[in-house]
Amino acid sequence: METRAKTTREIKAALRRYSKDELLRLHNEMLLIRRFEEKAAEMYVRAKIGGYLHLNIGEEAVVAGAFSALEPADYVFSYYREHGHALARGADPKRVMAELLGKATGLCRGRGGSMHLFDTEHRLYGGWGIVGQSLPQAVGAGIYIDYTGGKEVCLCIFGEGATDIGAFGESLNLASLWNLPVIFLCVNNQYAMGTRFDQASAQEAIWRKSVAFDMYGERVDGMDVLAVRQAMEGAIRRARVERKPSLLEAVAYRYVGHSMADPGLYRTSQEVDAWKQRDPITNFRQILKEAGMIDDRQIKAAEEEVAGIVAGAVEFAESSPYPSPEDLPLDIYAP
Amino acid sequence: MPVITYREALHQALVEEMRRDERVFVMGEDVGLFEGAYKVTAGLMREFGNKRVKDTPISEQAIIGSGVGAAMLGLRPVVEIMTLNFIMVAMDQIVNSAPKAHYMSGGQVKVPLVVRTPEGAGHQLGAEHSHCLDAWFAHLPGLKVVAPSMPADAKGLLKTAIRDDNPVLFLENLALYTTRGEVPEGEHLVPFGKADVKRQGEDLTIIGLSRMTLMALEAAKRLEEQGISAEVVDIRSLRPLDVDTIINSVKKTNRAIVVEEGWRSFGFGAEVAARIYEEAFDYLDAPVVRIASAEVPMPYSKPLEQAALPSVDRVVEAAKKLAA
Ligand SMILES: Cc1ncc(C[n+]2csc(CCOP(=O)(O)OP(=O)(O)O)c2C)c(N)n1
Repeated sequence: METRAKTTREIKAALRRYSKDELLRLHNEMLLIRRFEEKAAEMYVRAKIGGYLHLNIGEEAVVAGAFSALEPADYVFSYYREHGHALARGADPKRVMAELLGKATGLCRGRGGSMHLFDTEHRLYGGWGIVGQSLPQAVGAGIYIDYTGGKEVCLCIFGEGATDIGAFGESLNLASLWNLPVIFLCVNNQYAMGTRFDQASAQEAIWRKSVAFDMYGERVDGMDVLAVRQAMEGAIRRARVERKPSLLEAVAYRYVGHSMADPGLYRTSQEVDAWKQRDPITNFRQILKEAGMIDDRQIKAAEEEVAGIVAGAVEFAESSPYPSPEDLPLDIYAP
Repeated sequence: MPVITYREALHQALVEEMRRDERVFVMGEDVGLFEGAYKVTAGLMREFGNKRVKDTPISEQAIIGSGVGAAMLGLRPVVEIMTLNFIMVAMDQIVNSAPKAHYMSGGQVKVPLVVRTPEGAGHQLGAEHSHCLDAWFAHLPGLKVVAPSMPADAKGLLKTAIRDDNPVLFLENLALYTTRGEVPEGEHLVPFGKADVKRQGEDLTIIGLSRMTLMALEAAKRLEEQGISAEVVDIRSLRPLDVDTIINSVKKTNRAIVVEEGWRSFGFGAEVAARIYEEAFDYLDAPVVRIASAEVPMPYSKPLEQAALPSVDRVVEAAKKLAA
């Protein structure tokens, strides 16, 4: 499925909307996610990480574009493919990696794992492992904001597979009915495990599912960080100012398997390669280069900085202790 | 002390807690304008308005799930599921979201959510609308499950539930709404995890919960006429479960009957019996007796339905045999 690429004129216009610092921040954010996830995959292969491991590789533009538009006070409800979400929200990479390794110093002290990252300091409320599970919860966040008269918004992010589950309809309906400040951001990475979206959804234009709920809907090129950012800004304004929810569909592509156990036999390597041609990091770099905002030396420096952060995260995680089995019953109930 | 119905007691608890704490709000199908399928929320919308009394669409996942979300952020939702039978379409939120958020987050989030819902059979509602599934939910660590039998407990447990920082499944019972009893006015809290000896006795212990406690008390009255002294322990709270009160009673009477409205296999009675065997085996003069519903989907026809349900007669019969 194609989303139209921008013309040169459009690219220039998009760049003008942001400061150089902000643009470099987006670049670095995407890079951190990519390198962190590559390292997580490696740690998984080395059996340092157990369970399921779902990566954000190929979706970096969606994550960086959307999350960079949020304020610190905004809320995020996410799903199991959320390492990048935690990082983009500002979680300490050390504590994210430590959680993946099941260490006591992890974000959730080893109780959550890869699929269940919570960081309330950065207003990330999971990390939920059942498809569609966090959508009703995000509506609850909308209720909270509405109830307390706050100015925050709630970002609810999920895969396109989640738009086929019942909770999706219930949640969008309620959010629209009650005018709640929730942004439903669907990462259409085209496959739910091995099932391509058009084999599962009668409505292939996922964003159009908003129509049934009288909600604003929009499709955006999820390989283009600025396009995502701009769409997200619109959705945020709609939520914060107009108190109306939106459904955004960001079309991206998962380069790697659904999880580490997936060899990806349901698609051709040509298809994967074609999408890699549209790589969000490479392309954004090219744009920044052409605009004279970044050069090879700066790119190298950024790579080194990110490599340092990732290595530091691994070192921290590996040298951290495991939780003590004596702590097993802690935190079942709030005191 | 005023004598009021179970329904009024629940209503009192809601009103008092909503007046006490601005963060408490009620949400569910037909809870506002329609005043609740069983009228527990009657008048609330008039007093508190539609911000604090929210009529929802028929969306159980969204009702419980948004309750979880709002609770995690700091509100104290009391959501109503019209009857327990409809909770099944929201199992994900009840099983995966509510009881796990605190643990999976390493203690970062709390879920002070109350899910109120009536269960129970006996009204010829057929197989789909007659469930008693308390054991399913009591199986879940992270959730608290209570089931009051009497108006005073209904009020006191509901107030405790609303103040608890954990998700609570609050099981009412269709047959109990019109039952009456003395209920303290104003502040009246019943702690979780405390069973209540509703009647003292010497010869045997009958353990019940919710409507089955009333059945046990009725049976105990009849048994007394026949010279058998039965103690009745009302569990009130399934999770946390007050094992001590059960064990102390059994150590005194040496015989126990568990009465439950749900199915026997893997049920409440099985759990209580196991606890008794584990902790009071040497005190028992006879095996624990379990009285439960027949293991059939609940039939519609009145005589069939009555045959399927536990009854005072069945409890009395079992007690006489056990005491013999
Ligand atoms: C209710 C439910 N059914 C099945 C699964 C197993 N499962 C995990 S991820 C997944 C695919 C979901 O695809 P999508 O929503 O598009 O998100 P993606 O994984 O592609 O990011 C499935 C079927 C699940 N976790 N929850």
